[in-house]
Amino acid sequence: MSINLALGKAREAARGAAWLFKGVMGENAYQAYLDHQTRTHVAEAPMTEREFWRDKTDRQDANPEGRCC
Amino acid sequence: MSHSNGSHQHEGVLVSDPDLPPTAVDPQVAEEEERRWTPTKIAIWAGIAMLGGFSWTMLALVRGETVNAIWFVFAAVCTYLIAYRFYSKLIERKLLKPDDRRATPAEYKADGKDYAATDRRVLYGHHFAAIAGAGPLVGPVLAAQMGYLPGTLWIIIGVVLAGAVQDYLVMFFSMRRGGRSLGQMAREELGVVGGTAALIATLAIMIIIVAILALVVVNALGESPWGVFSVSMTIPIALFMGVYLRYLRPGKVTEVSVIGFALLLLAIVGGGWISETAWGVELFTLDRITIAWGIIIYGFIAAVLPVWLLLAPRDYLSTFMKIGTIVMLAVAIVITRPEISTPAVTEYASTGAGPVVPGSLFPFLFVTIACGALSGFHALIASGTTPKMIEKERQTRFIGYGGMLMESFVAIMALVAALSIDRGIYFAMNSSAAATGGTVEGAVAFVNGLGLAGVNLTAETLNQLATNVGEESVVSRTGGAPTLAVGIAQIMQSLVGGPGMMAFWYHFAIMFEALFILTAVDAGTRVARFMLQDSIGNFVPRFRDTSWRTGAWICTAVMVAGWGAILIMGVTDPLGGINTLFPLFGIANQLLAAIALAVCMAICAKKGVVKYLWIPALPLAFASVVTISASFLKIFSPVPNIGYWAQHNAFKGALAAGEESFGTARTVAAMEAVVRNTFIQGTLSIIFVVLSIIVITTAIIATIKAVRQDGGTNTEETPVAARLYAPAGFFATPAEKELEAQWAALEPDKRPVRTGH
Repeated sequence: MSINLALGKAREAARGAAWLFKGVMGENAYQAYLDHQTRTHVAEAPMTEREFWRDKTDRQDANPEGRCC
Repeated sequence: MSHSNGSHQHEGVLVSDPDLPPTAVDPQVAEEEERRWTPTKIAIWAGIAMLGGFSWTMLALVRGETVNAIWFVFAAVCTYLIAYRFYSKLIERKLLKPDDRRATPAEYKADGKDYAATDRRVLYGHHFAAIAGAGPLVGPVLAAQMGYLPGTLWIIIGVVLAGAVQDYLVMFFSMRRGGRSLGQMAREELGVVGGTAALIATLAIMIIIVAILALVVVNALGESPWGVFSVSMTIPIALFMGVYLRYLRPGKVTEVSVIGFALLLLAIVGGGWISETAWGVELFTLDRITIAWGIIIYGFIAAVLPVWLLLAPRDYLSTFMKIGTIVMLAVAIVITRPEISTPAVTEYASTGAGPVVPGSLFPFLFVTIACGALSGFHALIASGTTPKMIEKERQTRFIGYGGMLMESFVAIMALVAALSIDRGIYFAMNSSAAATGGTVEGAVAFVNGLGLAGVNLTAETLNQLATNVGEESVVSRTGGAPTLAVGIAQIMQSLVGGPGMMAFWYHFAIMFEALFILTAVDAGTRVARFMLQDSIGNFVPRFRDTSWRTGAWICTAVMVAGWGAILIMGVTDPLGGINTLFPLFGIANQLLAAIALAVCMAICAKKGVVKYLWIPALPLAFASVVTISASFLKIFSPVPNIGYWAQHNAFKGALAAGEESFGTARTVAAMEAVVRNTFIQGTLSIIFVVLSIIVITTAIIATIKAVRQDGGTNTEETPVAARLYAPAGFFATPAEKELEAQWAALEPDKRPVRTGH
């Protein structure tokens, strides 16, 4: 029992770490956009995943972010 | 709804939706929670304080033969925890007074893209990845010549009272202004003169910072076929990743980063094979001038190519490496606990005759270590991207103040890694080629001639080290990066792989630093290009259109020419390059910090919080005194080693007297180069200090005016009531958990948008 509990906890921690890492890498940007779309502009069809990532880098082209020394 | 959280004037506006749970923890409950000192809590904080105090005693007072690296880690971490818990809390309660009932720009301007409420822990990582680069890795290494104590004290005390304060204030004020940039805030708060001076200073500072970072890479890669091969392989790897993300599997960021990382390791290993073949050595052994031109051409192309092709994938790779390597290094230092035999304070702290960077402890320690203690560049990051993603106002303390503490910790680890290598080797690597002649014999003679107690360098030691790290020579590998790479390699090989793996770890560390720097060069050029276009746009409106190709190319070329000229000057400098230019880098960075803090002080005064004005005024005063006196020494000092103009006149006089060699310049051409270089360096020093004095003066005037009038114009955006909730710190407190549970119990269609869930 306690082993199962410990395993469950470990699995949860691993999942949390993976979620955090992906978040920091910026992988969940499309999901965030979709969440936003479903809450607000319901009428308008959201961009597809491919369109979204294109749009994202195109916006970076027009709006550069600094990287520190 | 009657609780006041410091913004009484908005009581009427901030009425929350009765259908939703509260958007902030009741201040009274939060206050009680904070004030409740349970025995466990007391014991924990007493333990932290005692461990910190004991570690500081071990570092500062106990004089043994050696000191263990673990005390640096404990002293730093305990001080950070105490400062975070008590000092940043004081700033929050008394100065900034964040109000969680107010929506952040990420909420009221939400577009799902730039303005997107992001989980605080994720955003902490984002912000850290954006602020931490090669700076905190290089400065502490160079400052190690003054001993371990001055650098350690400045990194830790500096971050607590200055660096983290600056980041926190700028982030908070930018967030309250819809994510406005530092330049925009300067113009609003200080008027046209102060704002324009701040803009020009920022632009000039960016040029010098990019140039000196590029110089660090050039010095690390010069005459190193292994390094040149593996670092240049990052370009095709990034291009591949870019294409992969654009056409093959869009959005698979982690996946492509893992692939990229594997290819990167392959490039490092492959560099080792190539450096053992005759053709590889011939093809990839490049002198520093060629590499400098390579970086200049790369910088231009990278800044005009579309972001998706090179910059974005390189950024993913850089973030991946940054987080991975820093965690790895921290674990390795804690496990191996290297002994450090450098004295606490060396004679160079007072004489200023150190061969690595000239100048005595005051003020030059404080400009040699900028990033890690106080970095003005952060103000550009903390205003802009991050504030547009903050979910709740109270999270700025964790992300702004806490994020900078983490960078400071990186600087401490870099210092430990640099200190753990033999002192003789340290000076052989970091003294300029002008001093060592670039040869093993010259280095041995020079270092042993310094008269350092306990240092007895042999040619064998240097040759052995060069063989171990897979380089032709380690003599005069200035710039900090190679020294740090040797330190990291020593620590890592004792953990993984043994001496046989040392070359791999060395080149891994070089790659790690080069990757950050090239990303910073490329992003810095882009940002500077946009700033230039915007400024020229005031006179020639067409330049405002950033999608206009010709304008973009012209402005990019101007920026690249600016930093490229300084880079070439540094590479060809007969006096050694990095040791004459590095002070300029630190001064520029700290002056930017002074500008940022000056803007913050004016804002605080306009808010009417006179009693706590010392919070930004204290670091501002210190940064101003340090940088202005360092600039004045660089301009007026009669000692040629320190004063640019003294050096300029000395060489000019020698040329006029018809001498054919002078000091370390052995030819007339070299003497002329020194005259030219010192002229440029001296002029830059004057420009920086004049601009900064203008900005600081206008800020002081604005502050005094506001104090006299009991406040000033409020430039914050109109408050909007929040419709979402999230805890403030990394861990949620019991009251925060309870509120989170109330929000979680809400019907899904009523729940507001949050990311990462």
